[in-house]
Amino acid sequence: MPRFPRKWLIVLIVLAVVIPLLRPVLPDTVSDYRLFLVSTMMIAAIAVLGLNLLTGFNGQISLGHGAFYAVGAYTAAILMDQANMPYWATLPAAAVVCFIVGYLFGLPALKLEGHYLALATFALALAVPQILKYKWLEGLTGGVQGIVLSKPEVPFGLPLTEDQWLYYYCFVVLVFLYWAAHNILNSRSGRAMMAIRDYHIAADTMGIDTALYKTVTFGISAAYTGIAGALSASAIAFVAPDSFNIFLSIKFLIGLVVGGIGSLTGSIVGGIFYVLVDNSAQALSTFAKNDLGLQFDLSAYTVFGILLIVLMFLMPTGIVGGIYALWRSLHRGPAIVDPHAAPAPAKSASQPATERSH
Amino acid sequence: MKKTNRRTFVAGASAAALLTGKGVAFAQKKYDDGASDTEIKIGHTNPYSGPASSYGVIGKTIANYWKSVNEAGGVNGRKINFISLDDGYNPSKTVECVRQLVEQDKVLCTFNTLGTPCNTAIHKYMNQKKVPMLFVATGASKWGNPKEFPWTMGYQPDYHTEGVIYAKHLLANVKDPKIAVLMQNDDYGKDYWNGFKEGLGKDADKVVKHVTYETTDPTVESQVIQLKDSGANVFFNIAIPKFAAQAMRKAGDLGWKPTIYLNNVSSSVANTMKPSGFENVQGVLTAQYLMDPTDKQWADHPDMKAWVAWMKKSNPGGSLDDASNVFAYSVSFLMHKTLEKCGDNLTRENLMRQAANHQKLKVPLCLPGITVSTSPTDYYPIQAVQLARFKGETWELFGDVMHAESS
Repeated sequence: MPRFPRKWLIVLIVLAVVIPLLRPVLPDTVSDYRLFLVSTMMIAAIAVLGLNLLTGFNGQISLGHGAFYAVGAYTAAILMDQANMPYWATLPAAAVVCFIVGYLFGLPALKLEGHYLALATFALALAVPQILKYKWLEGLTGGVQGIVLSKPEVPFGLPLTEDQWLYYYCFVVLVFLYWAAHNILNSRSGRAMMAIRDYHIAADTMGIDTALYKTVTFGISAAYTGIAGALSASAIAFVAPDSFNIFLSIKFLIGLVVGGIGSLTGSIVGGIFYVLVDNSAQALSTFAKNDLGLQFDLSAYTVFGILLIVLMFLMPTGIVGGIYALWRSLHRGPAIVDPHAAPAPAKSASQPATERSH
Repeated sequence: MKKTNRRTFVAGASAAALLTGKGVAFAQKKYDDGASDTEIKIGHTNPYSGPASSYGVIGKTIANYWKSVNEAGGVNGRKINFISLDDGYNPSKTVECVRQLVEQDKVLCTFNTLGTPCNTAIHKYMNQKKVPMLFVATGASKWGNPKEFPWTMGYQPDYHTEGVIYAKHLLANVKDPKIAVLMQNDDYGKDYWNGFKEGLGKDADKVVKHVTYETTDPTVESQVIQLKDSGANVFFNIAIPKFAAQAMRKAGDLGWKPTIYLNNVSSSVANTMKPSGFENVQGVLTAQYLMDPTDKQWADHPDMKAWVAWMKKSNPGGSLDDASNVFAYSVSFLMHKTLEKCGDNLTRENLMRQAANHQKLKVPLCLPGITVSTSPTDYYPIQAVQLARFKGETWELFGDVMHAESS
């Protein structure tokens, strides 16, 4: 898939920065709740980004990223609660802790491939909530009751609400992490990672230290998801073991696949998609019942499931893949050519793809 | 821009006068977000999916209660718009749902939100936003704290008080007690345990063995074996129905016959006593505050007959054996009465004031002698229980209704 056009990116970033500031003007559209919701979307996007680095670009499947998310969230929570650390300082701390955990998990994972790795990560995801509830760690983790935190305060007396500040905080972190991921992938290391994904034996033969790259990628991926977890601890202002169940890991996987494996933009789309649909599933099922006149009561998750199946059928390479395919098919057509358009389409179609799709 | 001439000025002034005049005429009706002349919006979260989805029946029964209230004309002429969202027993989801209810749907209050960790997650938020969080569906003692959290109120007798009651009964009735305790390792279990210890006072050292279990454990048989080996003659069973039944059955199988105190949340005949095997649970003691629907002694009681009739008419999908449906009906009744008492003053502050203003209110399906009383310093609606002993296939209430002092 081609690189996301530069000018569109700038437009999006400007919009993202300016729209929340319109809150005093449009209090119902740009409400605190909506800003909070968008913040959770960005957090989900960061988590899916982490998973994508591992699964999409390095080929190691993980069904256990919920575990790293939990570790990140609890690291941040414990530091804020017991060590009175300011919320922004918990991010690097959570990143370091999760990197170490991810790296340590990546070491034995070297021996596992495909389904076996999936199962091992699944086991990790199942174990973490129980570990968090364990009595020996209770003094630290608060056990089942969890830890109550406070939302980040607006600094320097800026005229923003807490939710607007949270939005900007998440946005800045997202942009930074996206840029970092982009740079990693466009470097020698990124190419090595992708080589390992595509032709493991050939990569090994070429002299790439596959063991090092695989474990370090595991660490980086865990760090990303851990940062997302730490952000969520601040956003929700509460952590409890019940929030980090196995379904969380599945949620990240859904976001990954629906957005587009092997595409950074896809991770963002996937994260947004999941939160959006999760929230609208209830409204969708009411809509299906009342407006479409269905006779029976559709559970919100049934609607979500149907939507997912339809999407996978229509866009097997994810939403971003689907959009790209659509765009390509539109530009391939010889008849209708906009005389005013710059010859950009022809150029980018032949541009060497930096992010390969599956 | 048009120059303001006399005509537009008069038009503007009269419009302003009309609007403010309209306000004056309705001065005695006061509304906060979620209340209007025609409807009252109530928010609710329940685990309809996930590991605790068996509690989802409570939400369905409550929804049907409000539907039948609306069919009968509503509350003071206003229809109840009951918005119930699924949080899957996941506290992060509860936070999102409640924010949606309060900020997007603009409900007047939340009602009977279920789950201790879920309610803990929204506790601070609701009090910051000054939105009533009424009759939460958890018995943890921390919900009755009007000084620090004036917008939150529980409903059922709190676990702590119940633990105290068992301890006191034990000390008065069991000679030379050696106590074994099985406890679920979470907030709910610890609340009971702390109350029990407090009730024992200086006799707390009579506890010879204390073991815990997790809800994800498949069985508690090994814990019961440990308890028997301690040589205890009293067994305090702090467990939810599935594990309580396993424990009592195992105790019977091992030939261990201590005096068993069973926590109220597992006192359902259908869900706990029958699966334990009736022969293993003769003489088990518990505290009740609601009528058990499978208990034949209430079959002819007017409250029970009314409930059964209501279930058949308005909640046909609900089971007549499930004590959760009794619970849902009784707590909805309390909410109904609280809203009625508000009259036309439907501000959040007044709602909280009326909730803290019940004097010995008789709520259907509560045991005879148990009423709801609240005050600005007493945020525990029900603080009375009656002890019951299991005999044959049913509970036999004995003694008097015991009232605990408001803590």
